[in-house]
Amino acid sequence: MMSNMKTMFDLNKIDSQGGGVETNQQTEHASINALEVRNLNFYYGSFQGLKDINLDIEQGKVTAFIGPSGCGKSTLLRTLNRMYDLYPGQRAEGEINFYGQNILTPSQDLNLLRSRIGMVFQKPTPFPMSIYENIAFGVRLYEKLSRSEMDERVEWALNKAALWNEAKDKLSQSGLSLSGGQQQRLCIARGVAVKPSVILLDEPTSALDPISTGKIEELINELKHEYTIAIVTHNMQQAARVSDYTAYMYLGSLIEYGKTDEIFIKPQRKETEDYITGRFG
Amino acid sequence: MNNTSNLNPAIYAKRKRVNKIGLTLSMGAMVLGMVFLFWILGVLFFKGFSALDLSLFTASTPAPGSEGGGLANAIVGSLLLVGTCTLISTPVGVLAGLYLSEYGDRSRVASVTRFVTDIMLSAPSIVIGLFVYAFVVAQVRHFSGWAGTIALALIAIPVVVRTTENMLRLVPGSLREAAYALGTPKWKVAFMVTLRAAQSGVITGVLLALARVSGETAPLLFTALNNQFFSTNMNAPMANLPVVIFQFAMSPYDNWVNLAWGGALLITFAVLGLNILARVVFREKVQA
Repeated sequence: MMSNMKTMFDLNKIDSQGGGVETNQQTEHASINALEVRNLNFYYGSFQGLKDINLDIEQGKVTAFIGPSGCGKSTLLRTLNRMYDLYPGQRAEGEINFYGQNILTPSQDLNLLRSRIGMVFQKPTPFPMSIYENIAFGVRLYEKLSRSEMDERVEWALNKAALWNEAKDKLSQSGLSLSGGQQQRLCIARGVAVKPSVILLDEPTSALDPISTGKIEELINELKHEYTIAIVTHNMQQAARVSDYTAYMYLGSLIEYGKTDEIFIKPQRKETEDYITGRFG
Repeated sequence: MNNTSNLNPAIYAKRKRVNKIGLTLSMGAMVLGMVFLFWILGVLFFKGFSALDLSLFTASTPAPGSEGGGLANAIVGSLLLVGTCTLISTPVGVLAGLYLSEYGDRSRVASVTRFVTDIMLSAPSIVIGLFVYAFVVAQVRHFSGWAGTIALALIAIPVVVRTTENMLRLVPGSLREAAYALGTPKWKVAFMVTLRAAQSGVITGVLLALARVSGETAPLLFTALNNQFFSTNMNAPMANLPVVIFQFAMSPYDNWVNLAWGGALLITFAVLGLNILARVVFREKVQA
């Protein structure tokens, strides 16, 4: 996974330009950005939660957002599928380009956007219906499948989430009957089933035990071959284990962003080093 | 550290005394409540049980001075009134609750609706009976089952609205977000995820509303009134248990008074059953 060293992000470019990295710079490395965040400012009413964020999320890679509580990493994640739009008083300024199209425009169809950019939350949130229906629910929103096609899709999604073997004999049971770790994998299966291109994970393992956490991390490694993944995590070891790129955030600003190996081995900024080595946060 | 604490024995003794007083008072309050409850139930069983026989369910209310008779017309009438009331108040109440919790939230319409609903919740039922009398019975110039149903629905709807709203508010926001995150349109989130998650709470609310209206007498006096004969015509006056009990209990005829006791026992059983059912439904949700 480290073969693509050439795609490293030029940090100094971010700092010197302030306005972000030119997109053509990425094309010379033959990598494609699924999402490009440009000059993003975010407000909770009058409080500014994000300050001039610029970063690219590369297609087919895992990008981790780390930082102390309240640094804005979840906020950033929630701008990427415009989840904040559910709450009056929250607004974003700037641009987020999803394969070249700015999704922050008022004309953006939010339901369509969210079907392309899926999300899994901190706490497992199975719907109050059967395991099968949990997965079929999202699929039915955008596709009309026959019974057998749906059966296949459910099996496919559960396999993707490494839950098929545990769930195949109880597809008609309530999703709530599963254990916490299984519920979270069900939520991942549900997100994968609608075939999005990006999956956002908001601290997906913070409510889980170490074994379930391990399974989810394995899953992330599997899924990144087909999906672009952005993950918010409190756990720095987790960021180091699963991600290709890491963004360190503090007080609403992006402090440092680059290849995970470099961020963890030789961070450019003192603040990042302090956080990673546990001297702060 | 040694084993003896710094606790002042006088303070400790006082604390024990206060605890004992508090316990005694709350036990006393409980006993007072229970005594009356069991007294009522006891009298009801004692007097009502003798009235329970097959003819209670097969024969209609007797004419003055005639022997025997039953409550068949009143039982069927009550079932019809409460049944149609449920059919009206459940969709109206649930939809209004859904609006308050999922759509209106902090809007002006919602806060006014909430306020009005709270007033309706505590409005004396006789006022509602008079209202329906003035606007339905007086207009069509006769008492009717429909008028009774409307009066009962006006009492039941606020109960359903408030419980539905409260139950929907208990659904965690993360569940709604998870549904939105799949690209689910709002109405589907509300109906297929949130309402479903609150399902058993909402059903409990409906059952409690039913329990409330099935014993209501005042609003029916002005609306459905009573009918001595067996009738399922909702456009005509309709017999029902509460009004029959009201009239028969005050009558000079022994068999009427006896029937009133039987009817009272039936209603109490029905309400008790509804309450137990509501508890069972709600408990299943908690365990799920």
